[in-house]
Amino acid sequence: MLAVRNLSAGYGSFQALFGVSLEVNAGESVAVIGPNGAGKSTLLRAISKLIELKDGEVTMEGRSLKGVPAHEVIAHGISQVPENRRLFARLTVEENLKMGAFLPAARAKYHQRLAFVYSLFPRLQERRAQLAGTLSGGEQQMCAIGRALMSGPKLLLLDEPSAGLAPVIVQSIFELVRRICHEGYTVLIVEQNIRQVLKVVDRAYLLETGRIKTSGAAAELLASDAIRRTYLGL
Amino acid sequence: MEVFDIFLLEAVVNGILLGGLLALLSLGLNLIFGVIDVVWICYAEVIMIGMYAVYALHVQLGWPLVAAMAAGVAMVAAFGALMHQFVIRPVLSAEPINQLLVTGGMLFFLQAAATLAFGIEFKNLGVKLPPIALGEMSFSLPRIIAFVVALAGVAATYLFLTRSYLGTAIRAISQDRQIMPLMGVDANRIFVVTSALGGALAGLGACLLVLQYDIHPAIGLSFGPITFLICVLGGLGNMLGGLVAAFIFAQFISVGGFFFHIEWGYVIAFAFFIVVMFWRPQGILGGK
Repeated sequence: MLAVRNLSAGYGSFQALFGVSLEVNAGESVAVIGPNGAGKSTLLRAISKLIELKDGEVTMEGRSLKGVPAHEVIAHGISQVPENRRLFARLTVEENLKMGAFLPAARAKYHQRLAFVYSLFPRLQERRAQLAGTLSGGEQQMCAIGRALMSGPKLLLLDEPSAGLAPVIVQSIFELVRRICHEGYTVLIVEQNIRQVLKVVDRAYLLETGRIKTSGAAAELLASDAIRRTYLGL
Repeated sequence: MEVFDIFLLEAVVNGILLGGLLALLSLGLNLIFGVIDVVWICYAEVIMIGMYAVYALHVQLGWPLVAAMAAGVAMVAAFGALMHQFVIRPVLSAEPINQLLVTGGMLFFLQAAATLAFGIEFKNLGVKLPPIALGEMSFSLPRIIAFVVALAGVAATYLFLTRSYLGTAIRAISQDRQIMPLMGVDANRIFVVTSALGGALAGLGACLLVLQYDIHPAIGLSFGPITFLICVLGGLGNMLGGLVAAFIFAQFISVGGFFFHIEWGYVIAFAFFIVVMFWRPQGILGGK
């Protein structure tokens, strides 16, 4: 579904990604894991066109995203949950979800998808008229994921969903991610909480200092000596 | 004593009527600042352009007044969109001082353009509406019309901002500009729509002012500063604050002018503004 070929990107003269290639197949859940500063978030921002590519190519279902402006990427079926959730704090929960359905094609299915998101996260329905800034961290993450689902994406990009949340909430966030995957969404998730995310996804890529170091089935990586020693402290 | 009270009541009611108009005038400026983060120093001159547009269409070209006003609103809305695209957009990421200089420059440009086109003589529509008598009090009909239409304009803007997708996006973009592309929103398009809406509100304000006042190229200076101060008093970019501030200011002008001389009304209002700025520099409802 999504193919990233030889992608290089960065900020100004600082290069964060060096020739990264990866693939996500339809129905799969894939994680990009790695330490802080490895370039994981930059990779998702490059796929969403929030930053310019220096080199390489991103294709979605065979169509190149070259020359596609950032605000049209979502029309290709790619929806991103940004790092730190980035809800509109002074809009209500339901208005945040409405923003996720901004595209004309999504507006037509607004009520149907709103009902779906509420069935997935009943808590959001209880708090629909509340300002998003007053939600708890876990609820905010539900709202951010719900907002991304409102466009009816084929591929969901999740940027560090556990970041900045209390350890007890992190567990439930990964439970959320598991449910999203089970709903049949294709998911590309970026995470530094390696042990947890590898229990949820099918496959993973290890990103270090802007380069893919290794990749494989999640269970394999979880058992591999290199990962266990470096990242899991075992 | 009874007569005195009647006149005081009249001043209070006139203050409320003026408040509605000031609320409309400051709403567009506030909206543009809240969303785009640029202050249109020339906002009152944009209103002045609208007044001349109505004058030209109605008096010079002989259009019916209502048609001239509708066209005037549309023209100022289009002007707002063009102003964003060609004047604001190039300086969007520039220093605030440069943005102020650019919109300040537009102020003089618009004044000069109006002088070239219409001369410095005072113009008016020649429309005379009778005053409305209510017991011993008497109220100007244009002011009542201005109050009703202004509140309708404020209410329509509120409904647009809270009910529509575009309006929700306008409020969202003022909170987080960077992630708007992830919603499929082209930020520049929202800015153009916001500027057009700000222009339309200026055009509506122009239609209401032109019923009450003569037009001349410097007329913007007579209500531009007060419009700006209302926005600051309410909390720049805070539309509810602007609404409250407009009515407070109008009462100072109207009731202050009743107890002293009309010019003193403005002095008291501005003195009040300065005191509030010491107490709450972010404005009465500002400080988000």
